[in-house]
Amino acid sequence: MTASGPDLRARSLHPGVGAGRCLRSEPLSFWGGTDPSTGMLIDERHPRRGVAITGRVLVMRSGRGSSSSSSVLAEQLRRGVGPAAIVLAEPDAIVVTGAIVAAELYQRFLPIVLVDPEQLDLLPDDRMMTVTADQATAQIRGEDDT
Amino acid sequence: MLSADQRARLAGEAGSGVALCMRILTKLARLRGARRLIAVESAHLDGCLYHGQAGVDFVERLVGSGTTVAVPTTLNVGSLDLLHPGLVRTSAADTAAANRLMAGYRALGARPTWTCAPYQAGHRPGLGRQVAWAESNAIVFCNSVLGARTDRYGDFVDVSAAVTGLAPEAGLHLTANRRGTVIIDCSALSAELRSMDVLYPVLGYLAGELAGTGVPVFTGLAATSPGEDALKALGATAASAGGVALFHVVGVTPEAPTLEGALQGADVPTVVVDVDTVRAARDRLSTSSGERLDAVSLGTPHLSVTEFAALAALLGDGGSFHPDVDVWLSTSRAVLAEAQAAGYVDTVTAAGARIIVDTCTYVTPVLHPGTRVVMTNSGKWAHYAPGNLGVDVVFGSMGECVRSARQGKVVRDDGVWS
Repeated sequence: MTASGPDLRARSLHPGVGAGRCLRSEPLSFWGGTDPSTGMLIDERHPRRGVAITGRVLVMRSGRGSSSSSSVLAEQLRRGVGPAAIVLAEPDAIVVTGAIVAAELYQRFLPIVLVDPEQLDLLPDDRMMTVTADQATAQIRGEDDT
Repeated sequence: MLSADQRARLAGEAGSGVALCMRILTKLARLRGARRLIAVESAHLDGCLYHGQAGVDFVERLVGSGTTVAVPTTLNVGSLDLLHPGLVRTSAADTAAANRLMAGYRALGARPTWTCAPYQAGHRPGLGRQVAWAESNAIVFCNSVLGARTDRYGDFVDVSAAVTGLAPEAGLHLTANRRGTVIIDCSALSAELRSMDVLYPVLGYLAGELAGTGVPVFTGLAATSPGEDALKALGATAASAGGVALFHVVGVTPEAPTLEGALQGADVPTVVVDVDTVRAARDRLSTSSGERLDAVSLGTPHLSVTEFAALAALLGDGGSFHPDVDVWLSTSRAVLAEAQAAGYVDTVTAAGARIIVDTCTYVTPVLHPGTRVVMTNSGKWAHYAPGNLGVDVVFGSMGECVRSARQGKVVRDDGVWS
């Protein structure tokens, strides 16, 4: 932990490097919960409805619901409106599949990392973070909030 | 972890499309903690529903490299009714893209069944067989009613399994993960209620709430012996409301000859449901309590021939629907042909029903834009339509749907629920 924020080791679920402000969320279904072409949160019941996941470090326990979420995430990454990184506390095959396909088709590498559930609370909303993930290990670094 | 043959395919010896699919499967196998990839003997693919260009790019990458499916493969709904163009209200651009996606999946050599109920189109793997299916209701039916074994597959992974004939050895492919996690005791419900189809989506909704992504085990239903249509409705609703991919009905489904068998000896909690529990669950499936009614939607999952027969019997007296209520039936082209041959289609269309195939009323724009309140006997439709379509929904039996559509307003029959 540094003065500028958390510095966590994590497990890599998908390699890549991304930086952005944290967006804390309840488990989110990309399909039906976010717009494939804009990255906007559209789930009627989501407290952050109208906020875009675009360029954010999306922090949530897990994904939720339909496997069509893989397609929606891949499409958002193709369009450049996807998140900058995703931090999960449960390995989620549906979310990771979307990232694998975007890397295969478009060479867009979305870092997806796994932390312990209690570590989610070390990642406060709106804090600038950089997520760096290689094939096995990953790091989440808090940035100076200027 | 991989055999020599699998390593060769990963390295590209069977072509770049197979190698791409092997990369996806091996990465997911690692994520899921699978020790190896196992052979699957059939697949059902859900990637043909259009969500954007990425899906088209993926299937065209496979088709462009000469890739085909390695095992018998059926296709889920697309975004279009290819037999009745014009019924789906998509833009010209979206129609072209959805067509291209569906054409790509045909080019892989999959059967153009375009149905969420492949088990009603002859795709019925046997007890204990390993398969790779997508679409939550198809998955739960395959596991629970057929007793074949699939994990929860979806976009990109389903087609990777079809192209390679392989799947990670994880999840519901493994016997230990198929044991019940909660008992739902239905023996307190009246025999009359247990004999009615409208109960089963409600039991599915409760199972989704109680079991989450676990394996609910129903007891107290053996004497009624619910049929395939009831089990289909139960599973589809449980998969939507929770994340249920396998359920057991003791004395009815193939892996539950006894309660002990369904539990594999485990000790799990029991929830007793009574008429108050199921009535409250039924009410949670509706978002509207008034009389207003604009449309009725039946056939999610797709109507079976026996459901067509039941509907035709209700409509056989020659009465017709109220002119202000649109009645939509979603089914597959295979079932439509059978229902036509049996004369059911003439009966239901004479009453004013419109039939849509290859897609479904909750995943693509079919309903008239002014539609606000829709009645359905589908727990799955009731769960998804308010979010997907922005409509209010009233859940009821097929009989209540027909009576309401004729009178032009919601009509309930609470007799069996008290």
